[in-house]
Amino acid sequence: MRNLASDQVSFPILLNGFASLLSRTTAQGSEVRLKPDGSKGGSLLENANTFPVKVAEKALTVVGHPLPRVDAPEKVKGAARYVDDLSFSGMLYGGAVRSPHPRARIKKIILSRALSVPGVVTAMIAGDIPGKNLIPLIQQDQPMLAEKIVNHIGEAIILLAAEARASLQEAIQRVVVEYEPLPPVLTIEEGYRRGEVISHWKITRGDVEEGLAASSLVTEEIYRTPYQEHAYLETNGMVAVPDGLGGIVVYGSLQCPFYVQNAVSAVLGLPLHKIRIVQMATGGGFGGKEDAPSLPAAMTALLSLKTGRPVKMIFSREEDMMVMSKRHPAKIRYKAGVNGEGKLAAVEIDYFLDAGAYATLSPVVLWRGALHAAGPYRIPNVKINAYAVRTNKIPSGAFRGFGEPQVAFACESHMDILAHALSMDPLEFRMKNALEPGDETITGHKVTVSHGLREVMQKVAESSEWSAKDQRGGRDFIPDQSRPWLRRGVGFSALYYGVGLGARGRFLNPAGASVVIAPDGSVTIAVGTTEIGQGMYTVLSQIAAEELGCNISRVRFVEPDTSRVPDSGPTVASRTTIMSGNAIRDACMKIKEQMRDALSGHLSGHLSGLPITLPFEEAVKYCRERQVHLSAQGWAVPPPTTFNEEKGQGDAYITYTWSANAVELEVDTLTGEVRVLRVVSGHDVGKIINPQTGEGQIEGGVVQGLGYALVEEHLLDHGRILNDQFSTYIIPVSPDIPEIIPIIVEHPYPWGPYGAKGLGETPIIGIAPAVTNAIFHATGVRLLEIPATPERIWTALGAPPASEKAQQMRGQ
Amino acid sequence: MRKGKHQRKPQSMGDRSEHPISMTLNGKKVTLEAPPTMRLLDLLRERLFLTGTKEGCGKGECGACTVIMNGKAVDSCLVLACQANHATITTVEGLASERRLDPIQEAFIQEGASQCGFCIPGIIMAARVFLDHHPDPTLPEIQEALAGNLCRCTGYSKIFRAVLTAASMEKRD
Repeated sequence: MRNLASDQVSFPILLNGFASLLSRTTAQGSEVRLKPDGSKGGSLLENANTFPVKVAEKALTVVGHPLPRVDAPEKVKGAARYVDDLSFSGMLYGGAVRSPHPRARIKKIILSRALSVPGVVTAMIAGDIPGKNLIPLIQQDQPMLAEKIVNHIGEAIILLAAEARASLQEAIQRVVVEYEPLPPVLTIEEGYRRGEVISHWKITRGDVEEGLAASSLVTEEIYRTPYQEHAYLETNGMVAVPDGLGGIVVYGSLQCPFYVQNAVSAVLGLPLHKIRIVQMATGGGFGGKEDAPSLPAAMTALLSLKTGRPVKMIFSREEDMMVMSKRHPAKIRYKAGVNGEGKLAAVEIDYFLDAGAYATLSPVVLWRGALHAAGPYRIPNVKINAYAVRTNKIPSGAFRGFGEPQVAFACESHMDILAHALSMDPLEFRMKNALEPGDETITGHKVTVSHGLREVMQKVAESSEWSAKDQRGGRDFIPDQSRPWLRRGVGFSALYYGVGLGARGRFLNPAGASVVIAPDGSVTIAVGTTEIGQGMYTVLSQIAAEELGCNISRVRFVEPDTSRVPDSGPTVASRTTIMSGNAIRDACMKIKEQMRDALSGHLSGHLSGLPITLPFEEAVKYCRERQVHLSAQGWAVPPPTTFNEEKGQGDAYITYTWSANAVELEVDTLTGEVRVLRVVSGHDVGKIINPQTGEGQIEGGVVQGLGYALVEEHLLDHGRILNDQFSTYIIPVSPDIPEIIPIIVEHPYPWGPYGAKGLGETPIIGIAPAVTNAIFHATGVRLLEIPATPERIWTALGAPPASEKAQQMRGQ
Repeated sequence: MRKGKHQRKPQSMGDRSEHPISMTLNGKKVTLEAPPTMRLLDLLRERLFLTGTKEGCGKGECGACTVIMNGKAVDSCLVLACQANHATITTVEGLASERRLDPIQEAFIQEGASQCGFCIPGIIMAARVFLDHHPDPTLPEIQEALAGNLCRCTGYSKIFRAVLTAASMEKRD
């Protein structure tokens, strides 16, 4: 595959039309009609979706195969270029002076001592901002630099630039700011009491009061979840460079080049075409590099504009943990009623998110959480109220799952509580209530296609040997006679996840791609979404190669650059494969259309009615000689979605990924420690483009989920994060890793490229409740708060006598 | 802020004098100078332009800066540049030869062990030292050996597979 010279690639030209190139299979071979939204006729992608898509599956030569990642060679050689690997002559180092108070009035700023440090070039405050002192997002409430009031610890007030990092640090220490501390709001409860509600969503269906009254069993619990840190290995960083044409180029570690472009444009007061954002190799994102990078980007751009020099800002780990976004802590009140047959009759949920000082993404995190809060179940009566509450803490934002892991913890724990109360097997209870094709979700969305929930639950149950769980676990089972205090348990969870931005995000939804075939037959592709480790470059290369009929080694991506494609939205919501994939397909189909006319003249001497293949290079050469335009821009607009805010009803997402998990673990009842033995995690992804990268997503998401379930939380004191390093904020390490069995199920989604949906986030979402459900199976202890640290488990177990000494040592 | 005739002078930016360092780096003899406060990590990245070694925490907690020094895997953010005097150092750039990648690198590509890639150079260096001493490793041994290297993307599973694959590739040769 590496030697282009010996390629025997072919470019299939079918003289009788392109219909069979658009083959996709539906699960049961049924006819599906879908009309894309808002697009004019003309692109083949569109035409494909307006007639029945029922064809035999064309053999896919690239898509569906576990090809090695295209970016792996450079990464294993250490040759991939991350932002801190960049250096420019004359480059300065930029940094910020940040608030030590959660809320305070700024009374005075003294910069003179800082400015006298040798090598310090400039300092900037809010008043120096040429454009708007604002990071634009949803509610437009976040300033770039605090001016009169600081609202969270770590909020930036002053920017500095210096010739060397040591001078910069010295200068930061020497800035004097006088504050008048003000009383901060530090809890959800207090924020709510004061009416500090940033966002509120409600979902109403049927009559929940009646439903609960008619239930034979009603239970209610309150669940709590903590801050989770993204803990990407590469911290946030940006380098801004004047472009010599009155504009700025910003290189950075980021997920959403167009968000950053928008923010820099607002802060600098320059039009978008003067701001170019280029994404470097990015060392992990998980949502933490969705909106938060706009801050260092605007800061470096500002300093660069002022000094006329390149400016680099790379966060230390401590600064990143203190300042950048996190998963929202949450409090969920979950009340549910079942009827005599074990069917869910009514669910009432209050979902609170601790948003921090500014709205940032909280309104949409809350929206997604609210819509998925009752799980993948058929429920006639639902009342959900979701609130994002402002507090004087770090603004929380996007993190893999985007508001769903918190409610999934509550929901899937609660399903187990109900099952046990009814003396039903937790899996059987879920199967009885699971949404089937044709059922309505709690927002009234009747989903009929690409609905693999039942199959994924069954496969996970089989693979995890669920039916035999009581023969190898449970309160009375002793796995090791020599250590009779050990117990084992198996826990289950099920969930669904709306793929893409949904009805709330439809303005950000379209995506573009640019495909250019060079004279030598090599293909350059640009998209607006980003590779953040998930395998985007590889998956999209496979889609392009399959569409063009060329060898994958001919396809190469350039790094995302806002000047290359139109605004394609953010790399979030598990939307990249489906949106950028379809944009690429659209571009490739346009190119083939452009080539077809020239080539059919060439081939008219051959037998017609039979498929003809031409070596790719020959086709390209022939077309160039006839001045064919060997490039195109693709554009993908997803099918319509709806959402009525009054009742919280609508067809909120284009499609859903369905998932299930089984976690098997061992609990040491003397210490409270958990050792995870095995995780089975299954996902209906429509069509897996690359099974190897797909497995990688599942394995990585599962481990991140185990961290959320067992060890990860930020501890705060008066709004200050206490554990801001890897030695104090614990993430799973290699000795912690259990056996992980990823399961892929395919119920194709007709509008998805080759039937694909999304996979990026579902692997993390259901792990925490499966863990606490397993702990319940093992010990009879029900944890309503995560992480399930040894301390919490040990305390819940009643602090066994053998640990009295430990209690003494803790002075209890 | 105190004023007065004994007003504190601007603190020096650290000892600016540079000390000679002579080391064997990726198989070649290299001589250069560095201030005593400079870390080996910065010497490699900023003076020698070998940016494959990464900084993830600056505190020796994540292993992204792992290099091989005198046969041992070390966190280069915890080693002073001057400590590299007379030492033999290998970075990720020194693993592959002109013609072929190290078997560990091949195995990482084949098994899909790299996602965002930021932890990978450090993990590969730690794995290289480990396999040099344990050519026939078990999975628990690999897990222990990599305990000092954090990865957030992969869940480690394919990394373990890659190390096992590399071991069997090397046994064959």
